[in-house]
Amino acid sequence: MSNLIMPPPDRKVLGRRREIAQHLRSIIAAEAVIDDVEEMRAYESDGLTAYRQIPMLVALPSTTDQVSRILKFCQDEGIKVVPRGAGTSLSGGALPLEDGLLLGMAKFSSVLEVDYDNRCAVVQPGVTNLAITQAVEADGFYYAPDPSSQIACTIGGNVAENSGGVHCLKYGLTTNNILGLEVVLITGEVVRIGGKHLDAEGYDLLGLMIGSEGLLGVVTEVTVRILPKPETARALLMGFPASEQGGACVADIISAGIIPGGMEMMDRLAIHAAEEFVHAGYPLDVEALLIVELDGPEAEVDHLISRVSAIAEANSAVSIRVSETEEERTAFWAGRKAAFPAVGRISPDYYCMDGTIPRRQLPKVLSRMNELSKQFGLRVANVFHAGDGNLHPLILYDANEPGELERAEEFGAEILKLCVEVGGVLTGEHGVGVEKRDLMGTMFSETDLEHQQRVKCVFDADSLLNPGKVFPTLHRCAELGRMHIHAGRLPFPDIPRF
Amino acid sequence: MSESFKPENATQIADVVAWAVSHEKPLEIHGQGSKRGIGRAARFGAALDTTSLTGITLYEPEELVLAARAGTPMSEVRAALGEHAQELAFEPPDFGVLLGGEPGQGTIGGTLACNLGGPRRIKAGAARDHFLGATAVSGRGEMFKTGGRVVKNVTGYDLCKVLAGSWGTLAVMSDVIVKVLPAAETQASVVVHGLAPADAIAAMGDAMRSAYEVSAAAYLPGDIARRSQAAPLSAGAASAVLLRIEGIEPSVKYRTDRLLGILKPYGRVGIVGNDASRTAWREIRNVDFFAVDHSRPVWRVSVPPAAGAMVLAGISAAVSVQGYFDWAGGLLWLAAPASDDGAAQVIRTAVSASGGHATLIRGSDALRSTIDVFEPPEAVMAMLSQRLKQNFDPSGVLNPGRMNASM
Ligand SMILES: Cc1cc2nc3c(=O)[nH]c(=O)nc-3n(C[C@H](O)[C@H](O)[C@H](O)COP(=O)(O)OP(=O)(O)OC[C@H]3O[C@@H](n4cnc5c(N)ncnc54)[C@H](O)[C@@H]3O)c2cc1C
Repeated sequence: MSNLIMPPPDRKVLGRRREIAQHLRSIIAAEAVIDDVEEMRAYESDGLTAYRQIPMLVALPSTTDQVSRILKFCQDEGIKVVPRGAGTSLSGGALPLEDGLLLGMAKFSSVLEVDYDNRCAVVQPGVTNLAITQAVEADGFYYAPDPSSQIACTIGGNVAENSGGVHCLKYGLTTNNILGLEVVLITGEVVRIGGKHLDAEGYDLLGLMIGSEGLLGVVTEVTVRILPKPETARALLMGFPASEQGGACVADIISAGIIPGGMEMMDRLAIHAAEEFVHAGYPLDVEALLIVELDGPEAEVDHLISRVSAIAEANSAVSIRVSETEEERTAFWAGRKAAFPAVGRISPDYYCMDGTIPRRQLPKVLSRMNELSKQFGLRVANVFHAGDGNLHPLILYDANEPGELERAEEFGAEILKLCVEVGGVLTGEHGVGVEKRDLMGTMFSETDLEHQQRVKCVFDADSLLNPGKVFPTLHRCAELGRMHIHAGRLPFPDIPRF
Repeated sequence: MSESFKPENATQIADVVAWAVSHEKPLEIHGQGSKRGIGRAARFGAALDTTSLTGITLYEPEELVLAARAGTPMSEVRAALGEHAQELAFEPPDFGVLLGGEPGQGTIGGTLACNLGGPRRIKAGAARDHFLGATAVSGRGEMFKTGGRVVKNVTGYDLCKVLAGSWGTLAVMSDVIVKVLPAAETQASVVVHGLAPADAIAAMGDAMRSAYEVSAAAYLPGDIARRSQAAPLSAGAASAVLLRIEGIEPSVKYRTDRLLGILKPYGRVGIVGNDASRTAWREIRNVDFFAVDHSRPVWRVSVPPAAGAMVLAGISAAVSVQGYFDWAGGLLWLAAPASDDGAAQVIRTAVSASGGHATLIRGSDALRSTIDVFEPPEAVMAMLSQRLKQNFDPSGVLNPGRMNASM
């Protein structure tokens, strides 16, 4: 593990490990508490495999009441807790702590209710993203946010990370598709936020919980909005001689008032890797490949397909293919969907980045990235949620080569700083976790971060839930509570008064 | 007369807040004051007026973002967006006339701070869903920023979510960044005449379950439809279910045809063309129907859509109200009798049975100082909200009492 500083382990807690396990076994079934180091190894890391840590203990509760009693016990005893869904986080959000209890939510795996009259479903947090769609698709519905990890990742993890997917330009991120939550606070209190109705009755605590990366509470139930499946979907596959033209095409599509269901771009290295892997029929002599999917009523889709084709031609596309069948549409996507594993085949390891940039900066960012690639001696393949400017550079490296992981991480940090420098952000959908924690200062001032941390203080003043994630330095809440006002400043002459 | 400050930048806002803290002067935070009549009637020691913080600072139509200083008039924002055939997709309502003032008022900061969404809420989300970034000064007198200027961002805690709907009680925004979207080229509405509320909810449910992308669904009982300036609604004086379809011409035509087919079994159907459709949805959004008889309290009630008819029936059984549905039954607009508590207790009891919340949007000063204007949260939610207020505004100088008596 490269130099990541986590909160210092509490020796007193570690010393009481056996007794803590025993107490947990009085709350949940004995076999739902794991204390065997070998068995706990399955939990030592998440999707960001460069970081590993065996937790102190693992608990797998199956009811809200159990979660409540476990959290209350942990709060009373000062034990840190790391919630975990499927462990696919790419930012180290579910990375265990040496002195922490890992709270696995996998047993919360039921779809509790499908309510078509209110166009929503009530599910437990351990239900996978795809399973929600599967529960409703026979009736013509789906759950819109679709991270590429949707077969594995859980809705609880999606809520914590505010996950996105290829559909989110048109249909929104997780936060735009959740109606209600049941959350257990670290005090053991159970709170219901929202429900089947819209909007908050007071402060939007639902909005705060979504994207809170497991630091504010443990989600035990989720009410999601479900949508009727579009009548049809068709895709265009378009190749461009340069990324500038691909980028301009994206801008022109949006300027024409068209918001496609999906709009994805890949660069040469990603195109080649994907084509070798799945033989999707991608053109190999282009620098940028754009997949645009239009979904909706047939009449609309057919009309827009011709408009988008015309825009692509005007932007010097060298190849344009339109899907005529569902198989063809799926084939267009196959390469993009397999882009990560495809890159995994051409390199022993890869490191997936997740910055967002104002789209018009794409050519500048790509050319600067090429320079960095030479400087660090590491290749980089780019897949890009082009519609919303969310870039996924995949840095190719070999962890067995001494120093390469560290170089890949440095390269990654440079890319993210570049994203911020051009007006973008550190993460578009994967979250801060431990990975981007120490880069938060490039985007936020100390005061900005303190205001964010005050939200943490509202929910978990002792900082027992998932500490060490998101915030580079955790201030004590008492310290953050102090006011620093110099009495009597003002009445300033220069402010207009009436 | 109490003092009113008109800061011109975030630093000046911070100075005013610091002054308010050290002089223990609760500040009324306001823009053009278009929604001043909403919220608890509270007393302030001084005012902070944002209307000198104006101007669009960045607008990149092809990136779908617009940044403006918080006091920028909505009319200016709308005009700029209109030039590029874009809009704020959450369809912010204009309550000017409803509240007894002028139409067309309001600032972008105020719009976001109140988190009010219009009929398209069910498809496109509320103000909070389009609020990308902000620079603000908390009640600690400290300037902070949150979010960013790109449409997809999960870096750090999204404080825009709580600034939206905080009614100026957590921080004073100096600058905001919003997501903007292409405006639909055209629209039409399918109308079904003569349904009772329960059948109307069923009809709207069928439309929402279809793949025809209904962007708004409302139900006006006969006595309200009669007042509409859209001829196809007022003509027969029958009740009307109205389903809006927006998009490009061929798509709108195709979808309205299909929807007609789905709704025919319910009753007499028809199509309302582009102009009349726009008129009707403006009335529904701005609650024009209740812009008469200003003595009557007006409530905005959010419930699960399928429960709408039941909630209305429960309320009507106890008091005489006039009401119509938006959001496919999920939003109930009610004009209540002017007496007593403005029907607060009856309404809140009915809402608590289904889940949801009721907000008094129009009421006399007296009413707004005696009842809870916003739905009182249950205990743990109240405690969390209280702590949030305490953390952001420990001295309670930002719009204290506007949302509830203790905050
Ligand atoms: C191949 C691959 C592709 C991916 N593609 C995408 C993509 O397209 N878009 C995208 O957004 N992400 C993507 N991801 C990232 C990841 O899948 C998402 O972040 C996902 O939401 C994580 O869900 P999880 O169940 O695995 O959560 P975990 O990894 O287990 O946990 C993630 C965070 O959630 C917290 N958490 C989990 N459950 C709960 C709960 N019940 N209550 C409170 N906190 C909880 C954890 O503490 C942690 O902070 C991808 C990952 C992989 C490996």
